[in-house]
Amino acid sequence: MNADAGTIAMPDTIDEALDAMAANPDLIPVAGATDLFVHWPEHLEAHERSYLDLSHLHELRGITFTEETITLGAGTSYWDVIRDPRFRDELPILVNAARTVGAVQIQTRGTWAGNIANASPAADGVPALMACDATVHLASAARGETTVPLADFYLGYKQMRREPDELITRITLPRRAYDFQYFEKVGARNAQTIAKVGVSMTHAAESGWRIAAASVAPVTLRCRNLEAQLDDEGRPASPDDFESALQADGVAPIDDIRSTAAYRSKVIACIIWHALA
Amino acid sequence: MPQIQLTLNGSPATVDYEPHHRLLDTLRYGLALTGTKEGCGEGECGACTVLIDGRPANSCLVPTYQARGCDVRTVESIPAETLRPLLESGATQCGACTPGVVVTSAWVRSNPELIETHTLRQLMAGNLCRCTGYDGIIDGVQQGLDMDAESRGAKP
Ligand SMILES: Cc1cc2nc3c(=O)[nH]c(=O)nc-3n(C[C@H](O)[C@H](O)[C@H](O)COP(=O)(O)OP(=O)(O)OC[C@H]3O[C@@H](n4cnc5c(N)ncnc54)[C@H](O)[C@@H]3O)c2cc1C
Ligand code: FES
Ligand code: FES
Repeated sequence: MNADAGTIAMPDTIDEALDAMAANPDLIPVAGATDLFVHWPEHLEAHERSYLDLSHLHELRGITFTEETITLGAGTSYWDVIRDPRFRDELPILVNAARTVGAVQIQTRGTWAGNIANASPAADGVPALMACDATVHLASAARGETTVPLADFYLGYKQMRREPDELITRITLPRRAYDFQYFEKVGARNAQTIAKVGVSMTHAAESGWRIAAASVAPVTLRCRNLEAQLDDEGRPASPDDFESALQADGVAPIDDIRSTAAYRSKVIACIIWHALA
Repeated sequence: MPQIQLTLNGSPATVDYEPHHRLLDTLRYGLALTGTKEGCGEGECGACTVLIDGRPANSCLVPTYQARGCDVRTVESIPAETLRPLLESGATQCGACTPGVVVTSAWVRSNPELIETHTLRQLMAGNLCRCTGYDGIIDGVQQGLDMDAESRGAKP
């Protein structure tokens, strides 16, 4: 156990936060705490860890739209996006995804960056951002800022390209004239549900298809083979015609508490096929 | 013990806390504001709902230190006379969910523009109730909104 165990760093600036991370890479960043604090009283070992509170960092707040780029500060919550008319007009895919996360009490606290860093393959924010070609901006005191495309961010189950001394500072999206945006989550009910299968899709003339799938592999998958198939051949005669592309993309669902592999394989192809109708 | 300052139910407050305390613990056990209930402790049920800077949040998922400098409102701050529609519509039976329902309902009533983008069922979806079947809750919120609209209309 280190000397700082159980302490909470409460920086006022990003620089202070990064210095704290450099001094103690065991610090756990806390944003909305909607993942970290689930069943908190039972996690006694977690009480002994040290944390870095991001919730009051004004520099992480704010959403900006420039001609080419949309930037979400890492402190951006789902509710910030739901209530922002610019997203309702231009990126309803993100609004639709945000509105399926938990319920309002989760949406007001939970952040998009926390969703990325939590690295659940069943996340809802991650596939929607991935279908919009999001880039993750990371910063550290030692190496300054680096960027990683969200589609390349995950290396395996809960493994990601984030060094222990790095914070996510913002998420950027290219601004595009999408002619198609689609978010679907199949769950046991409408609110407070984790995806059995999730699909996010966009299409723009300049970028072609983007398809991201959740809950069908150890990581949220960008389905590049399927994108290429759709770019080249359009919608096939049957959802079964997606099978080889989806397999090549790494779709390999499992049986678990929420669903079965067979159901997931069938449903993901059907959702995509129906979305294109 | 470390302390934070916040605005609690409209008044400035300085509060002792342990680094591992949730806002729910601080309210109930530190400040004896026991109106806020713990149901699930995992953000599902909404019994622990409070308003933080005007937005509903599950206090079981909020570290107390995150409330520093914030405006926190608990069910104790909701005026009793605003509860009549919930009472009359059968929005409460055993009462376990009721404080959270009351807080979320008060938030909806003070932000009536929310119903331009959301249904009442969507807005209330984070408050689980085992007893009422929800119709009484939704009716109560709707009646509250109607009353508020009426009294706004009545004022010159
Ligand atoms: C009842 C309930 C329902 C939920 N429903 C859904 C759902 O429907 N869909 C869904 O996708 N998720 C859901 N979640 C999970 C959770 O709300 C989301 O994953 C949320 O986006 C997490 O964000 P946060 O800010 O609360 O993260 P936190 O809990 O604060 O942190 C999560 C992880 O990210 C790290 N982290 C946070 N911010 C940063 C940063 N800036 N840089 C580096 N690391 C960081 C933390 O260290 C931690 O490891 C639900 C949770 C609950 C409790
Ligand atoms: S006790 Fe907080 S949501 Fe259930
Ligand atoms: S009245 Fe019993 S849980 Fe709602």
